[in-house]
Amino acid sequence: MPKPVQPAALVRFLLIFAALIFLFLFLIVPLFAVFSEALKKGILVYIESVEDADALSAIRLTLLVAAISVSLNTIFGIATAWAITKFEFRGKNLLITLIDLPFAVSPVISGLIFVLLFGAQGILGPWLEAHDIKIIFAVPGMVLATVFVTFPFVVRELIPVMLAQGKQEEETALSLGAGGLQTFLRVTLPNIKWGLLYGVILCNARAMGEFGAVSVVSGHIRGMTNTIPLHVEILYNEYNFVAAFAVASILAVLAIITLIIKSLSEWKTKRLLEAAEEEQ
Amino acid sequence: MKRLLMLLVSLSLVAGISGCGPSSGSGKNEVELLNVSYDPTREFYQDFNRQFAAYWKKKTGETVTIKQSHGGSGQQSRSVQDGLDADVVTLALSYDIDAIAKKGLISQDWQKRLPENSSPYTSAIVFLVRKGNPKGIKDWDDLVKPGISVITPNPKTSGGARWNYLAAWGYALKKNKGDQAKARDFVTRLYRNVPVLDSGARGATTTFVERGIGDVLLAWENEALLSQKEFGKDKFEIVYPSQSILAEPPVAVVDKVVDRHGTRKVAQAYLDYLYSDEGQEIAAKHFYRPRSPKVAAKYASQFPKIDLFTIDEVFGGWEKAQKTHFADGGIFDQIYQKK
Repeated sequence: MPKPVQPAALVRFLLIFAALIFLFLFLIVPLFAVFSEALKKGILVYIESVEDADALSAIRLTLLVAAISVSLNTIFGIATAWAITKFEFRGKNLLITLIDLPFAVSPVISGLIFVLLFGAQGILGPWLEAHDIKIIFAVPGMVLATVFVTFPFVVRELIPVMLAQGKQEEETALSLGAGGLQTFLRVTLPNIKWGLLYGVILCNARAMGEFGAVSVVSGHIRGMTNTIPLHVEILYNEYNFVAAFAVASILAVLAIITLIIKSLSEWKTKRLLEAAEEEQ
Repeated sequence: MKRLLMLLVSLSLVAGISGCGPSSGSGKNEVELLNVSYDPTREFYQDFNRQFAAYWKKKTGETVTIKQSHGGSGQQSRSVQDGLDADVVTLALSYDIDAIAKKGLISQDWQKRLPENSSPYTSAIVFLVRKGNPKGIKDWDDLVKPGISVITPNPKTSGGARWNYLAAWGYALKKNKGDQAKARDFVTRLYRNVPVLDSGARGATTTFVERGIGDVLLAWENEALLSQKEFGKDKFEIVYPSQSILAEPPVAVVDKVVDRHGTRKVAQAYLDYLYSDEGQEIAAKHFYRPRSPKVAAKYASQFPKIDLFTIDEVFGGWEKAQKTHFADGGIFDQIYQKK
């Protein structure tokens, strides 16, 4: 039956072609544009823009905020996924729904929530001021906003992995006399490590690129509370296009590195799964 | 795989440590100020801060670092009320500083504490048009003609936009001998020609200059002159209308913050320096109209004489103008919704 195959092949070709064109137009071209704009006035101007004190401080702050929020969300993520997949308790469905809340709420709104809570006119504002604690318009506020926005990434990655693995291995470990921590470190963690890594990477990518929520709580003090995305906006608004694109290109490079690590971890997970299937 | 995890952990540690680096160093001879300002003053204060730091070092031996924050004037005012630790505020209009004063952060009589209504420099609202002025725009009346596309930001969020709106209203009022209904009709027709309301003055400039939208941009004179400088005189022309409003961007020390930081002396000196010959000169260089007659004479060619009215004369002050025109349900809401 060679006849029906031919149109199918054509359709397949067209679909792939369309997908590639789309990918090219919406991903490759803009990425290329970022780098070509950044290097428009030569490599020296590029280096100068990136080495600018405010740009460096923005890069440092972005890495700091990402490092703290990703670590926190890794801990929260493992704990939540562990609780949801390995135990039965009341309100479990509510918890699962709440996890997705940050996806549903616009980042700007979540930023505003923190202002309403911790701002000088906010509920906790007067108390914080009396004790000289700064949250909003300082690093803690930016970390809080980022943690909120990136919360679901690790959990959402872990839940399916943990569900697929079931509880048998843990139960075996426990019945053989292993303690809770031992079971977690030697049985659960090795089983979920690649899924966890994948979640952490996604979380990190989102944390570094977050704009809306962070913009609301940052106060935009250059050299102090500007992250890379905020700094790009400032430079662009100052007609400093080359510098804006140069700093943006750093974010792009960070994203590409993330993508490579992500692909590696995906590839590794797949191989491990295949190996496990062969054993069976 | 363990190595990969280790790598990630150590990377995040390095990021963490390097992140803690530069926050140190507040020795006795060092002082830091935060100036919370509005959008189009970026270039001006960059320059001014450098000179003030040099002046202060020479005078007192203290090293002063001035941090800047820029944004829409109303939004910046809001941030200061919410706890952004500004030692000084330099905003687009006094209403935004009044709002901070109402929260008790600044003394109520702030506007009388410095000369000239606490506005060390002024500006006017002018028109920026494309080269050759293809639509032949000469005065406010040309803006309400059908088919003209006018770019101006949203008066609800942008200080500059409120000046634009009041300039148009004031012109129509004067032309119609004080007839408020005719002024309202004029402004309604004007806003019918506005295709997009950006949230801030800089955003509106970008819309007009870079995205190429619109026939005419209502802008601060300093912003118009700056775009001309950045993008070349062969691309844009400035049109001075027959009458405009005198825009007075005010400055103030935030009392509660400087008392907490112990920075009152240097913050006060910072604002005083704006009125000095040096400060006035820098303002003029960045296209703000200086108050000092001496410096103004020197830059006379840059600032053509136009007929300027003040907000107090025509609208009885910001408090009143804000309530009538820009509050929720005010005249702007009514005329813009009717569209």
